Amino acid sequence: MSARLMWRKTLNATMLSLTGVCMLITVSVLFFILGYLVYNGGKDLSWNFFTRLPAPVGEVGGGMANAIVGSLKLLLLAALFGVPIGLLGGVYLAEFGGRTVPFLVRYTADLLNGVPSIVIGIFAYALVVMPMHHFSTLAGGVALGIMVIPTVLRNTESFLRDVPSSLREGSFALGANKWKMVATVVLPAASRGILTGVLLALARVAGETAPLLFTAFGNRYWSPGWMQPTSSLPVIIYTYATGPYEDWHRQAWAAGLVLLGLVLVTNILVRTFLSRGTSYERS
Amino acid sequence: MATTPNAATPADFAWSPRALLRRLRSADEIAHLITLIAAATLLLITVLLVYQLWILSAEARTKFGWSFFVTRTWDPVAGQFGALPFIYGTLVTSAVALVLAVPLGVGGAIFLAELAPPKLSSSLTFVSDLLAAVPSVIYGLLGVFLLVPIMRTTVQPALKRSLGFLPLFQGPAYGIGFLTAGIVLAIMIVPFVLSVSREVLLAVARDQREAALALGATKWESTWKVVVPAARIGIFGSVFLALARALGETMAVTMVIGNNPRISASLFSPGYSIAAVLANEFSEATGNLYLSALIELGLVLFLLTFVLNGLARLLILVTTKRGSGVLPT
Repeated sequence: MSARLMWRKTLNATMLSLTGVCMLITVSVLFFILGYLVYNGGKDLSWNFFTRLPAPVGEVGGGMANAIVGSLKLLLLAALFGVPIGLLGGVYLAEFGGRTVPFLVRYTADLLNGVPSIVIGIFAYALVVMPMHHFSTLAGGVALGIMVIPTVLRNTESFLRDVPSSLREGSFALGANKWKMVATVVLPAASRGILTGVLLALARVAGETAPLLFTAFGNRYWSPGWMQPTSSLPVIIYTYATGPYEDWHRQAWAAGLVLLGLVLVTNILVRTFLSRGTSYERS
Repeated sequence: MATTPNAATPADFAWSPRALLRRLRSADEIAHLITLIAAATLLLITVLLVYQLWILSAEARTKFGWSFFVTRTWDPVAGQFGALPFIYGTLVTSAVALVLAVPLGVGGAIFLAELAPPKLSSSLTFVSDLLAAVPSVIYGLLGVFLLVPIMRTTVQPALKRSLGFLPLFQGPAYGIGFLTAGIVLAIMIVPFVLSVSREVLLAVARDQREAALALGATKWESTWKVVVPAARIGIFGSVFLALARALGETMAVTMVIGNNPRISASLFSPGYSIAAVLANEFSEATGNLYLSALIELGLVLFLLTFVLNGLARLLILVTTKRGSGVLPT
């Protein structure tokens, strides 16, 4: 074997194994994060964590019941606000749209999707907090809802487009008009994919902190109704992790474990059981 | 009911009660209108977003003009606002992140697209997608309590010993700062580079690889000299996309960058980024000028990511011809 061939073969083996190392590093980060959170947060996770209010500043103990409920309320608002618009908009793009408007909507959706979440926060602040003159659950829900729309819209569209046109023609042939065809044939056929998109979008905004900082703000107590500031899991993790107390740090780890667990479990379940193949858009 | 859907007959345009009734009964018009309104809402939201950012930043824009971007002072008490330290911090941390994340992501993508058997490739892609789903505050949490101490006691002293002659690696090792923020950002954007680059590499025709191998190239030579160049525009696209993510990333950066508006050549120095200053100061901004200066920073961030995202999508579109179907959203 000539020296040149030796060199080429060595280079081949080295570079190819290096690409494997790159992949290994990337993948191991996830398991490391997960393991480290379980190790640090697991021991402080107790029944109290889920049922009690935060202890007064400086005191040890307490829980995050209000943050968990706050996060759920915010997600509910986000879903109520974002999912219908995204879903119907997606139906428009796939079933009703002409040429110009869908192109514009599609482009805008991709653009809105790329807007940093903190900027969405500023927008929700201008839209809801400024007229009301105070922070509220509603404002946080609006911010998260805006973030849900583009993902749901694009996802719904791409799944509707995957529905074979023979189904549409079949229902026309049976005498259905267009909206009946869409509502009873096409949407059910694409429902698994659409649900995947909705759940992944909600899982994504469930972990968003930045848009909540000056919309939902934070609250050490229960937040009655929808017009008061509310605590939420991501914001309280941020507050506690950057705070000065040792006990806060421990609780931040526990809350981090709960949040990551929720997000990952949702992702894994949805991606494994609902998605078909790889045609859905990953978030 | 037997009429062809959406094909308007002349009677549809008649404004008689009977024609109206028929159109309403078929309900297609109503369904069309409702879905159109939903789609238009998205447009409206986006237009309103730009409008609000523009209007609410008016006070700062008229007062400071272009000097906003080159002034270093950020003094809310004196009413002096200059964005330079924040823009600098955003750019430096993103640059560090790209330097670390691009080789890692592209290397991993090559492994997934060229080497790994399909089953392994798809399960590793699954893990990488999960990584992209981890909330940024979790990265921040690990950054603060795990990475910062390691940086302070191990990494930064080691860098100082070996590369200390460079201005980049001088000064006291605080643990927090540009370098740490860049590393956290790098970890966060790798999945984006990875998954988009993988799609782009997979889109390169099989013949290209086979032709190279038939000419006697090794696997690596076929990959590096044929497949990667063919996909390079799309890979650039993935890099721009990742850069846009990095620029706008807020929480993880806020927690480890040090939150100190200063410009320093050293990567060890604490700094500040646009997103971080918004996260820290927005809710307690007193006075209209202060608020409007912060909103102008938001506008800058918006425009930066807008341009980068547009560019990224264009580049990926050119390579895969499938458009944003391959983009992570």
